[in-house]
Amino acid sequence: MTLSRRLLFYWNLLALAAMLFAVYAALVMAPDAMNVDPSIRPAQRIIYFHVPAAWSSLLAFFVAFVASILNLATKRVRWDIWARAASELGIAFTVAAIISGSLWAKPAWNTYWTWDPRLTTYTIVLLLYIAYFMLRGAIDEPSRRARMAAVYNIFAFISVPLTFMSIRWWNTIHPVIVESPDNAGKFGLGPNMLNAFMIANIAFVIMFIALLANRISLGWAEERIDALRERLNF
Amino acid sequence: MAKPLIEVQALRKAFGRHRVLKGLDLNIQAGESVVLFGPNGAGKTTFLRILATLSKPTSGTVRISGVDINDNPEGIRQYLGLVTHAPLLYGDLSAQENLRFYGRLYGIANAEKRIHELLERVGLLHRRKDLVRTFSRGMVQRMAIARALLHNPPILLLDEPDTGLDPQAAEMMTDFLREIGGSQRTVLMTTHHLERGLALADRVLILQGGRIRFDEQADALSYETLRPTYDRYVGTGVAL
Amino acid sequence: MKRYLQVLWAVLWKDLRIELRTKDVFTSMAVFAVLALMIFNFAFELRVPDKSVVIPGVLWVAIIFSGVLGLGRAFISEKDRGSMAGLLLAPVDRSAIYFGKMLASLLFIFVMEAILLPLMVIFFNLNFLSWPLLLLLFLGTVGFATVGTVFSGLAVNTRTREVLLPVLLFPVMLPVLMAGIRATIGFMEGDTLADMMKWINLLIFFDILYLVVSYLTFDFVVEE
Repeated sequence: MTLSRRLLFYWNLLALAAMLFAVYAALVMAPDAMNVDPSIRPAQRIIYFHVPAAWSSLLAFFVAFVASILNLATKRVRWDIWARAASELGIAFTVAAIISGSLWAKPAWNTYWTWDPRLTTYTIVLLLYIAYFMLRGAIDEPSRRARMAAVYNIFAFISVPLTFMSIRWWNTIHPVIVESPDNAGKFGLGPNMLNAFMIANIAFVIMFIALLANRISLGWAEERIDALRERLNF
Repeated sequence: MAKPLIEVQALRKAFGRHRVLKGLDLNIQAGESVVLFGPNGAGKTTFLRILATLSKPTSGTVRISGVDINDNPEGIRQYLGLVTHAPLLYGDLSAQENLRFYGRLYGIANAEKRIHELLERVGLLHRRKDLVRTFSRGMVQRMAIARALLHNPPILLLDEPDTGLDPQAAEMMTDFLREIGGSQRTVLMTTHHLERGLALADRVLILQGGRIRFDEQADALSYETLRPTYDRYVGTGVAL
Repeated sequence: MKRYLQVLWAVLWKDLRIELRTKDVFTSMAVFAVLALMIFNFAFELRVPDKSVVIPGVLWVAIIFSGVLGLGRAFISEKDRGSMAGLLLAPVDRSAIYFGKMLASLLFIFVMEAILLPLMVIFFNLNFLSWPLLLLLFLGTVGFATVGTVFSGLAVNTRTREVLLPVLLFPVMLPVLMAGIRATIGFMEGDTLADMMKWINLLIFFDILYLVVSYLTFDFVVEE
């Protein structure tokens, strides 16, 4: 195995170990949240999954953003591979965040959906990056696809904070009557809960890096296959 | 030997993984009339587009008057005129409105006078107020040449300007091109018509498979001597 | 600088001239806006006691939906005719082309709004117009045209073309939509400009931010 393959292999193991530890921290190590209704105390633990997933998705989109800028600046294929991989992961983590948020909402407030600012913003973010892949899917020529996608990615990422702020201000008319898990959690994040929370976040970032590296490696493999195909046809 | 006007070195162009130009080396002197033959897909249009700064090379350099075209594409464009098989004209505007538009794009002085001159030269002065939508193909091509000459560029690039024209119109075009070429202007033209191309050329090139396979002065060639070579490379017109 | 403005003006004038002659784009936008009004009327009539409450939403949605039609034309007509190359041959910074196109689209949308607004006043039987509202519309439309022109350039490179434009544009436009609707509600309820200042500032920020980003990225959208 080459050096980078070996590094990837060990990092994958590290990610696995970190996630297992995070599961332990979330389910066993962390104490019950005292400020919520006893019936939903177990469900509150979803915060150790929901929030790290959301933050990881933003990290992923940020990586995609930087990769897109680099792609335009250097025209190198590698940055397009990075941008696509990071955007894919971003979508995956966003979906994970939305679904986990939904799973919290049902036992907590008896509804699967709430229009609270964060959830609404995440949904829009999801739509933004689905549009990114629709754009990619509609252009056949690789260098043009990379360029168009990069430009769109830049516009899309910049809109996220603006959209979030708009929704935040918007909702001051309709006050958030329900609390999202992060609110509930933060009110009473005692030291042990904080530790578990930190562990979960770090584990997610490690896993994100692992998934990104694997996806990029896969992307390079696809490139090589296409190059071979090209050569064999001519 | 004077310094070449156009210098092409190791020019490569790939679209994604599809390689079109695989290393062109070429020097064109000022005032030369160069005709480029080649099968479809050989890269003739791509090559012309790169020279016109519409496309960027994947690697290699193109220099015009010693200046790399990537360093200052905006400045170089002032010296280039391009005629493609798309006329680059707006059907909903009249002939003179079209030329006025391009006149503004190029910032030419005394625009009205120049437009008048050119329309007269291509024989379309009487139709200057008519919408280009109403013109025949031959007239459109003549307009396209007027457009390309508006800013009096020292380099004229023509990509199959005779395609789609009936033989009579094509003959007229060849005569016209010879007139505007001469020693003051450098002309690079692609065409599928061997005879017409030979009539115009000082120099003949054949581009095939992304490389230049043939490069000779035209006065040493005749239709009969060139035909076999032409057929060999250009064949049925499909890229080899 | 003079050359830059000359090219900008040339592109703008050309688009206006062609549009004045053919009236293609403008007619579709105006008709669509009116149709949208009709449809919204039926959508809300039976359930909404006081119809004027839907004015803010209907106004901005009608503008955005019909505006997308107009934005699509910016580059699609050029690409189809092959005249894009003609523009790209101009010996000037390509952002001049962007601004020329953007201003043309902006003007088309303004004219559409000029028809839509009086019609809405008549249909809803309420004069909800005010100077702050017009300022709001101006800022929102500028943001819309700014991003929309770039995205129109992106969409033209795809197989699906105009179909993709709303999908790309609407999520990014949400801040504009929200600012527009919220401030329209405010102005209709008698709020002053100062009350709604944070939304106006958001729009100004959006406009400037995206104008800069568009200026920086447009070259990449049109190059080969």
